[in-house]
Order: sequence, then structure tokens, then C-alpha cells
Amino acid sequence: MMDDLIWLIWTLAKIIGIAVPLILAVAYLTLAERKVIGFMQVRMGPNRVGPWGLFQPFADVLKLLMKEIILPAKSNRFLFLIAPVITLAPAFAAWAVVPFDDGIHLAQIDAGLLYILALTSLGVYGVIIAGWASNSKYAFLGAMRSAAQIVAYEIAMGFALVGVLIAAGTLNLNSIVTAQSGSLMHWYWLPLFPLLVIYFISGVAETNRAPFDVAEGESEIVAGFHVEYSGAAFAIFFLGEYANMILISALAALMFFGGWLSPFQGLGLEGTPLDFLTGSSFIWFFAKTCFFLYLYLWFRATFPRYRYDQIMRLGWKVFIPITIVWLLVVAVMVVYQIGWWW
Amino acid sequence: MSEIRNYTMNFGPQHPSAHGVLRLILEMDGEVVQRADPHIGLLHRGTEKLAESKPFNQSIGYMDRLDYVSMMCNEHAYVAAIEKLLGVEVPERALYIRTMFDEMTRILNHLMWIGTHGLDLGAMTLFLYAFREREQLMDCYEAVSGARMHATYYRPGGVYRDLPDRMPKHAESRWTKGKDLTRVNEWREGSMLDFIEAFTKDFFERVDEYETLLTDNRIWKQRTVGIGVVSPERALQLGFTGPMLRGSGIAWDLRKKQPYAKYADVDFDIPIGVNGDCYDRYVVRMEEFRESARIILQCVDWLRNNQGPVIARDFKVSPPSREEMKDDMEALIHHFKLFTEGYCAPAGEAYAAIEAPKGEFGCYIISDGANKPYRLKVRAPGFPHLAAMEEMVKGHMLSDVVAVIGTQDIVFGEIDR
Repeated sequence: MMDDLIWLIWTLAKIIGIAVPLILAVAYLTLAERKVIGFMQVRMGPNRVGPWGLFQPFADVLKLLMKEIILPAKSNRFLFLIAPVITLAPAFAAWAVVPFDDGIHLAQIDAGLLYILALTSLGVYGVIIAGWASNSKYAFLGAMRSAAQIVAYEIAMGFALVGVLIAAGTLNLNSIVTAQSGSLMHWYWLPLFPLLVIYFISGVAETNRAPFDVAEGESEIVAGFHVEYSGAAFAIFFLGEYANMILISALAALMFFGGWLSPFQGLGLEGTPLDFLTGSSFIWFFAKTCFFLYLYLWFRATFPRYRYDQIMRLGWKVFIPITIVWLLVVAVMVVYQIGWWW
Repeated sequence: MSEIRNYTMNFGPQHPSAHGVLRLILEMDGEVVQRADPHIGLLHRGTEKLAESKPFNQSIGYMDRLDYVSMMCNEHAYVAAIEKLLGVEVPERALYIRTMFDEMTRILNHLMWIGTHGLDLGAMTLFLYAFREREQLMDCYEAVSGARMHATYYRPGGVYRDLPDRMPKHAESRWTKGKDLTRVNEWREGSMLDFIEAFTKDFFERVDEYETLLTDNRIWKQRTVGIGVVSPERALQLGFTGPMLRGSGIAWDLRKKQPYAKYADVDFDIPIGVNGDCYDRYVVRMEEFRESARIILQCVDWLRNNQGPVIARDFKVSPPSREEMKDDMEALIHHFKLFTEGYCAPAGEAYAAIEAPKGEFGCYIISDGANKPYRLKVRAPGFPHLAAMEEMVKGHMLSDVVAVIGTQDIVFGEIDR
């Protein structure tokens, strides 16, 4: 009894220990996005609330929370309000199996990768329900686009992850990372390079970010699926989207870039004064995640938006065939032990 | 079996890419547009009617507000029509200044176009790059006329005043100081012509920079190639002018075909497209940036070496100088008459058209001998372009509607008038 209680409290503490930093990370990711894109666009970005605009995210949250949530007259109230929650919950729940360092995680489950795939697929229901329940033509178009797009990219993304699964021989995220230890050249980005590219691009598409933001499509369908949302309901969509971005980046770091493993490992630095660089640390994981997040922002500042049918073509006719071919290549490499990764 | 129907969508006027107040009624089959019906008139201000109740000169300011991103070009057509009506000779220096400012206006307009066109298609960085350059040109507007946008700089008989000897500088502020201040004022040390020259020479590089972002970008090409195709014959039938017509491969440009101001004396080329799609029109306009810059450099060169009056010395049409008014009764009377009653144009009619950045912008004035026009008709290039909207977007997807709106470079100030 007592043990159960302690276990429960400890688990709750761990959940809070993951969720609160995650929410803070989302807050500062929005600021980073505005700052980074600002500098790419020869402007300053937010700089009025606090030093260098550091309190801007809190001002935004405060503003959004105080605004009225407008319910469109002919919307379905229940679905309209549950949709943001459906988007947000999987984005957070997926973090349960993400290891931050060797053995540091909320839940160590052997089907970790499968669990993540299952949960990230759920997020799209929020988008579709939101678009449907709003009873608006713009939102409806956004939902339709999103539904079609997710089907295509979910497959490409799944296949890319199957490549990792074959390479590592396990679905456990912790073991996937430890299987990559050795050196920079042992990480899976090298043998699985096409899959890495496809995984990340699919991830961008999955999170509805530019240049694949057709479900939102600012200049076409105004705000797409969340055109009718305001205040806290909109904030929750926002939170979900950014939490998903961080998740995709973190997973890319874990599965292709050796997670918390140091890039200086195996370079012969062990035993020298630079030995401290070779140790594994969650800082490496954090840095790699930030790198992928930066790519997100960079894409957004650079690329025009795809048209919805072009995205589908890219997904079905380019990505899925490439992943299937590369899966065969990886399988052959693993079976015949070609290369030093296995 | 249930009945399947197309549905109608209201696109605008409150829409991020409605370019002001465009209202499109779209009949959609899924994402595919079956019918597009543009509704206009939301920005109607009755410019043509207003002009009938005011002395000629007082309507120049209204012209700025027609196509509010190519201000001086509109003024140019209006004052050219008045000059034709009155038979006033314009001094050569004024003609060069007009040529230069027409081209600067073309750059201003095209910068606005590339920015919003890019933004519509999701390339948002370009918008801010374009506005960085626009800001410099706006400063030129301000330096000659005192207003950043609605300049009222062209007058019948010439231009309001000569170019300033000194380009205004940025003042020190909390945000711009020290090195930043020297950098932003680097081009502004000399005269205005020095500034324009420095800007224009740098501008070629800027255009290259814009092109690196878009011209060979695969996504950009996928979004624009083959979208909104207009055949050369159809473009002529629809009354297209400007880059819309040249994009379809017809080398029609009033600056070459019916030269006005000093276009016969400067050297430039007319870029034309091949396929008549959004991408070709994009390339044509990008090339026009460079041609405009070439013309500006030639004008700067001439203006530097040749002084002279900038407005006809005909006190019936243009005001006398302040000095003359101090000790010359006649001059004072002229001034008073000009700014109260204006001048009377002989009965008759005149049409003057110029190659505005969007196409042929013309003013048709009928005078009955009074001090105001009996009727003013403005030929706005955007109007026939918008009328072809349905033809251009039919069978395309919703996202392409946005691309076509961008490529038409629509401004509602001139369409609704």
C-alpha cells in the first residue's frame, strides 16, 4: 500500500518534471521562432516585453487566456471544444517513452517506437474534428486537406521508422540510442540517410508546418481548421503544434543522431584533457533537438507553400517508394553485416 | 443516392490575400474552382465624379490614391492629359525627372507586387526584403514632395520643384546610433541624385538576391508554372496591358510604341514571356526591375549634367515663384487666380496614356471650356485583368486562385476608383 502510494507520487512528480519544462520549451520555442525568423527577415522580432522580449511568451499566453472563446452558432459544441484537447493530449503523452539520458525516462516500454507512432497518429483527429465541428467552409477545407495529407505522410514516416527498427533490432528507444554508440560514424544518419531526410520532411508535414502548412494555409484558407477558434482553445492548438514539433525533433535526434551520445566519442579524445567532451549527456540530446527545431524555422523563412495536391504527389510518388527501396537496402545490409553499424 | 452539389465560397473581402477588398464568389467542386465571380466596388470613392467639381490642379492628389502603389504614374497620365488639352510645353529637365520617377514608381510597385505575391504563395521572407528597399524609395518621394506616398509632385507644365541638393538623413535614435547610423546614412551624404544612384546600383544585386529565393525554387515553380495561362490572342482580346500582356509574349509597351516624357531618348529593353503563365509574368516583372534601374541610371546621369527649369514658365498654368510675388503685382494676381479659380482649358477632349507598372493607365478628359473637367474617365489597367479572373482560374485549385490574384497585381484603388 505504502509502496504503491510512493510509486504514484513519484510517477506524478516525473510527469510534472517532463510536462512543465515541455510547456516552457514550447513558450520559448515561439519566442525563438519569432526572433530567428525576425533576424532572417532583417527585423528585430519581439523586444518590448522584458529584456530582449524574454517575457513575450507569457504576455501572449495571458492575452490568449483572457480572450473569449467564441462558439460558432451552428457548431457542435462538444466536438468543437474536445478537438483541441485531442490534439494536445497525444503530443504530450508521447513524451512518456522519450529517454532524455541513458535510463532517464518516465516509462521504459519495449514497444516505445510503436507507442509513439500510435500516439502521433491520433493528433490528426483533433484537426479533422475541429474542422468538421466548426461548421465553416474554410475550416472544412483545412480538415479535408489535413486528413488526406496525414494518410500519405503517416505511411512514409512509418516506413522510415521501420528502417530504424531493422537497424537497431529493437523498438525500445533507449536501446535504439545505445545501439548507435561508438562514434559519430556509428549513428544511424549515415546508413539511413534517405530515411532521415524523409522522416524529418514527413515530420514537418505531420506537424502542419511550412512549407506543408496547407491545413492552415494562411493566405488560402485563412487559418484552416482553427479559423473559428479563439482564446484558450486556440492556445491549446498552438501548444499541441509546438509540442509536436519538439517531439519530432527529439525523435530525429534519438533515432538518427545518437540521442545523448557525444559527437566527440570515438575520436581518440578519451584520456586527453578534452575527455569531458566525449561523455554522454542530456545536453547533447538537447543540442541536437535544437538543431532540428532550427531547421523548422529555417524552412518556414525560406520556402513557399506547396499546393495540396503537390504534397500528396510528393508523399505517394516520391517518399513512399524511396522508403520501401531503402528498407530493402537496409535489410540486406543488416543480414549480410555490410558496414560497421550492426 | 444523395445529390452531389458544388458549394459556394465567399473569398474576401476580409481575406489575407484579397489584396485589399477583392470579393470573389467561388463555386467549388472540392478544391477545384468551377466559377469565379469577382465583386467590385468596395473601394469606390467616386474619383471621376469628384474631379468634375474641382479645378484641374486640385484633382492631382486624387490620382495618387487610385493605384496607391504606383502613385506618380497615375499623376503622370492625368497631367499629361491636361497638358495635351492646354498645349503646354514641358521643360526637358522636368521630362527627365518624370521619366526617373516613373521608373522609381515602377520599382516601388513591383516590389510591392513581389512581396505580396510571395506572401500569398507562402514565401514570406521576400515581403520584408522588398519593403526594406521600398522604404528607401519612399524616402525619395518624401525628399521631393514631402509625402511618402501621395506625392502630388507632377503638375501640368512640369513638376512641383527641382530635386533637392541634399538627401535628408536619419536622425540618431535609441535604436539607430553609432555604426548603425553611419551605415543607414552612408548613401545620404551627398545630393538626392547621389542617393538614387547609390540605391540603383545596389539594386541590381538586390534583385539577384530575390531571384535566389524564388526563380529556381522548385516549390515556387510548381506553384506558378502552368497556372493561369493566357494565350497571346486571348490576352489581346481581353484588353490586357503591361506585364500581363508581355508575359503572354506580346512586346507591347507604350514607352516604346508611343514614347512620352523622355523614353525615346533612354536605352532599355522590353522583356517578354513565352508561355503566358504566372511564372513567365513573374520573370518579366523581375526583368523589369533591372530595366527600370537602367533607365534611372541614365536619367541620373543626364540630370546631373543639365540644369534648367522644371516647370513651364506660364503663369496661367503654373505658379510664379515666391520672390516674384513679393514685388510684382501681376505675379501676385496670377498666384491668387491660379490657386482659387485655377485655369480654364479650351473646350475639347484629350486622352493621355502612360505605361504604368500594371499596364496602360490612361486619363480621358472632356473639357467644356470651364476651369474643371466636364468629364474625366480613368482607364485603369487592373480592371480588364480582374475581368479575366474567371477565365484564368477556372479548373484550377483554390491555392491557384491566390497565385492568379498575385500575378494580376491587383490594386483596388484603381479598379473601384
